Amino acid sequence: MRHGVARFVTGFLALPLGLYLFYVVWPFVQAAGYSLTDWGGYSDTQNFVGLDNYVRLLSDELIRKAFWHNVFFLITVPLFTIALALFLAFLLNVGGREDRAGIRGVFGSGIYKIIFFFPQVLSLVVIAVMWQQIYRSDGQGLINGLMIKIGLVDADNPIAFTSDPEPFLGVPAVLWWLLVIAVWSGAGFYMVLFSAAMQSIPKDIYEAALLDGASRFHTFFRITLPLLRDTVSVAWVYLGFIALDMYALVFVMTPSQGGPNHASEIFASVLNFTAFQKGQFGYACAMGVALAIFTILLAAAQLRITRRERIEY
Amino acid sequence: MSDSPENIGDLSRRTLLQRAAAAGLLAVPAAGMLSACAGSEPTKSADSGAAKSKDNPFGVKDGSAVKVVVFNGGLGDQWAKEDKVLFNAKHPNITVNMSSTQKIKTEEQPKMATQPSDLVMNSGADIMDRSTLINEGAIEPLDDLLTAPAWDSEGTVADSLLPGTVTDGTQNGKFYVVNVAYTVWGNWYNAALFKREGWQAPATWDDFFALAPKIKAKGMAPYVHDAAHGYYPRWALFASIWKAVGKQPIIDIDNLKDNAWKADGIVAALEPWEKLVKDKLLLPGKLDHTQSQQAWLDGKAAFIQVGTWLKNEMSATIPPGFEMTLSDYWTKPGDKAAKDVFASSGEGFVVPSKAPNKEAAKEFLRAILSKAGSAKFAELTKSLASTKGSGDNVQDTALASANTLMKSGTQDLISVKFPDFYADLDKESQNLAEELMAGRLTAQQFVDKMQAAADKVAKDSSVKKQTRTA
Repeated sequence: MRHGVARFVTGFLALPLGLYLFYVVWPFVQAAGYSLTDWGGYSDTQNFVGLDNYVRLLSDELIRKAFWHNVFFLITVPLFTIALALFLAFLLNVGGREDRAGIRGVFGSGIYKIIFFFPQVLSLVVIAVMWQQIYRSDGQGLINGLMIKIGLVDADNPIAFTSDPEPFLGVPAVLWWLLVIAVWSGAGFYMVLFSAAMQSIPKDIYEAALLDGASRFHTFFRITLPLLRDTVSVAWVYLGFIALDMYALVFVMTPSQGGPNHASEIFASVLNFTAFQKGQFGYACAMGVALAIFTILLAAAQLRITRRERIEY
Repeated sequence: MSDSPENIGDLSRRTLLQRAAAAGLLAVPAAGMLSACAGSEPTKSADSGAAKSKDNPFGVKDGSAVKVVVFNGGLGDQWAKEDKVLFNAKHPNITVNMSSTQKIKTEEQPKMATQPSDLVMNSGADIMDRSTLINEGAIEPLDDLLTAPAWDSEGTVADSLLPGTVTDGTQNGKFYVVNVAYTVWGNWYNAALFKREGWQAPATWDDFFALAPKIKAKGMAPYVHDAAHGYYPRWALFASIWKAVGKQPIIDIDNLKDNAWKADGIVAALEPWEKLVKDKLLLPGKLDHTQSQQAWLDGKAAFIQVGTWLKNEMSATIPPGFEMTLSDYWTKPGDKAAKDVFASSGEGFVVPSKAPNKEAAKEFLRAILSKAGSAKFAELTKSLASTKGSGDNVQDTALASANTLMKSGTQDLISVKFPDFYADLDKESQNLAEELMAGRLTAQQFVDKMQAAADKVAKDSSVKKQTRTA
């Protein structure tokens, strides 16, 4: 290395790296340490219990239930969000009329783009509070009110939304209703991400395809999607994180935070209950560490599976 | 077009995204959860005091400061500001740093092991678990507060408190939690409406089921309750159980005795609730506390069950001419303790063990529990304080009906302790109460599931067991 470069680089990196180590990495190490103890969270005494907390984790029924609920989100949130975002991005960028010169989006796509992106600028809690009004389970709720007015829903038996534990396709209805919000709030951002990626695909590829008589359906599946592979793959990983979290929605929207009767319990809600209500911080830290390990493994697997030779254009 | 392997030193878009994803991994979503667990080393505070006297029983040092955190919920925080004025009248040289919040646990828990506030009102939904605080030695026993002279009346502080206040704050034989408010629970109705319609407020379940069709005929639902927080319906269910079977079976339940839930009469006590749900006497919809209370104020339902903070919580939207009136939970023939009232002291203050100025914290509690302070409390909140005689001079139908109900009751107050003792059972009983009120459980199933949950906690060696004696 050239003389002085090392010192130059070190000088720039020392402070941010130090802050990162102290405020991010060190708490992780501490949490991992606490996960091996029976710490209660309110004192400075604790006993070392080895891997007991992790053994307990394996036989905890509530955690198992929460885990499957997270798996449900892990599959559905990325799937539906990406599908919707791709659909919107395609329409906004290349889905318009083909008769005039060039490839364009549908009429008014600039305005649509702003509208679809809008949920992204709202905090998740604001979104949750807003959807509480939409999902309100009597005649004053936005959906119930409309449905009752037009006679699709019986006023004596309104839709219970997030208070409904009845299974739909084997999954409690409350989780499906939460999924709708997660997809609605996430799709806008990924639409913009995919739009940016689509615009970097040369138009001549599309024009060539059109000349060969390809339909919109074919251009999407044969050209757009394969060329967006990298972006979609990364979006999938990010959405995976969101799916493993989902805490704000469950916390604000469901009865008794994870209810009714544990029907919307997720990893984070059980963790929160264990730490702050039961006062078992050691055990809760073990849950956190287990979730972190699971997340890392998942992301690694995801990126490895989708690794492919990429096309330069 | 060509393949591009990831060259070292050349960040392709893919590797950049990959690395960003890896970095994001460390931040989302586990970061918040992991770092929530992290703590740090405590600092010790030096103890020093001034001379003790009748006006200064704890020896509070002049020139010191005391940090008081007030829960700003249904009762507001104005009453606490009045207590500050009262305190400073006696101790002008002590600085009171008062803050109010709704996020008690979020803001105070991280400080408990290191630099806590001196006096914390541990109340609301975001509350620090009481048993954990005590088991961890995080809060101070306050028995010396009880024996200290009262602020502005004869006798000790303990003498000036309403029945139940001391026992409510006692755990493992020591007094830890100073409850400043006194809450009475029951079924509320609008006395003006009942007069207008010529309805009699029911005293028994039979009365209620006879009245219900008349209420329905007016296009009104007979009953509404908070369906989003399980502890709301739980109050009603436990009031019915206690009234039906009396105190001892509840003590057995609190002590996790074998088959305590299977005691005679418990299922029967819950059956009227099952019938109320099955007969569709509830307002449709799963409303939360303020939504259900507003629906009741709007005349959509005739009765709502909740505690005496209701008036203050809804004060902004009470329609003119509405006469908020509290009546006791309904009973059925043969109930063993029909006259026992569901009342308790609540809104508890705690003094953290590591607080730097515990003396001033206790002195401030003395001011809160004073005659002058508690009268201000009742006047401002329209709720009773846990100090005797707080509501005597307040004109208000809600407060007056609560006063009357208290006077008609026996010396025994309905109280259930296991939700304070065991977080797991607390959660489970809330969930099951919701399920019963949603019509997804029968009374029998509710009791069976509660027994199973109690057995599970009884067997769990990681849970420290508590005992209730009275």
